[in-house]
Amino acid sequence: MKFAILINEGPYTHQASDSAYQFAKAVLAKGHEIFRIFFYHDGVNNATRLTTPPQDDRNIVNRWSKLAEEHKLDMVVCVAAAQRRGIVDEGEAKRNGKDATNLAPGFRISGLGQLIEAGIQADRMVTFGD
Amino acid sequence: MTIKKFMMVNRKAPYGTVYALESLEVVLIAAAFEQDVSLAFLDDGVYQLKKGHQTKGVEMKAFEKTYGALEDYDVTKLYVDQESLAGRGLTADDLCVPVEIMSRADLGKRMEEQDVLLSF
Repeated sequence: MKFAILINEGPYTHQASDSAYQFAKAVLAKGHEIFRIFFYHDGVNNATRLTTPPQDDRNIVNRWSKLAEEHKLDMVVCVAAAQRRGIVDEGEAKRNGKDATNLAPGFRISGLGQLIEAGIQADRMVTFGD
Repeated sequence: MTIKKFMMVNRKAPYGTVYALESLEVVLIAAAFEQDVSLAFLDDGVYQLKKGHQTKGVEMKAFEKTYGALEDYDVTKLYVDQESLAGRGLTADDLCVPVEIMSRADLGKRMEEQDVLLSF
């Protein structure tokens, strides 16, 4: 089956991103396909490479990057939500005159159309939120 | 393009959190993709439709008018949970747009008909 995953909460405060990660791993382990993982609302904060959790805690951001690399996942961060919350790649930094970037590897910034397209293309859209 | 039934489920009051505003953004994009879009309002989500948002004091952009503009995007299916409305002392007269008020059971049936449910 082809899944799409929507993550609406940031890391650490809510369990949503952890649950989505475990779900994504389970989906892949069962041989299903993940069409796209879309990060919206505070979910965009899962994509900052500047996160530094204590050493004995899980690194939620790095975990996503690693999973994306291993399984060639398409992880998309909503551009409008990212702009509000300061998640920036090189293109966005240039466009909005910012002096830094923080988008973690494996993520890309794009529009909400990517969420709707995922809803159209996938057999199931699964939301992880509050 | 494939047309699917998308329902945005709105459960939270406006302004207290950003969900209502960002949900509207998804609605407009889904409409631009010519999908079959509907909105459900339940729990504190019914407050999103309450007439007369006054946001000057909290320095936030009021988005009440966007609900009125949804018709221009051919988004006309707005469903409101009767129980949530009554539980907050509200009636259809308190709302800023025409909606279909239905029982929780009927709303559940509408949800079952959907291809994609996005809950905000």
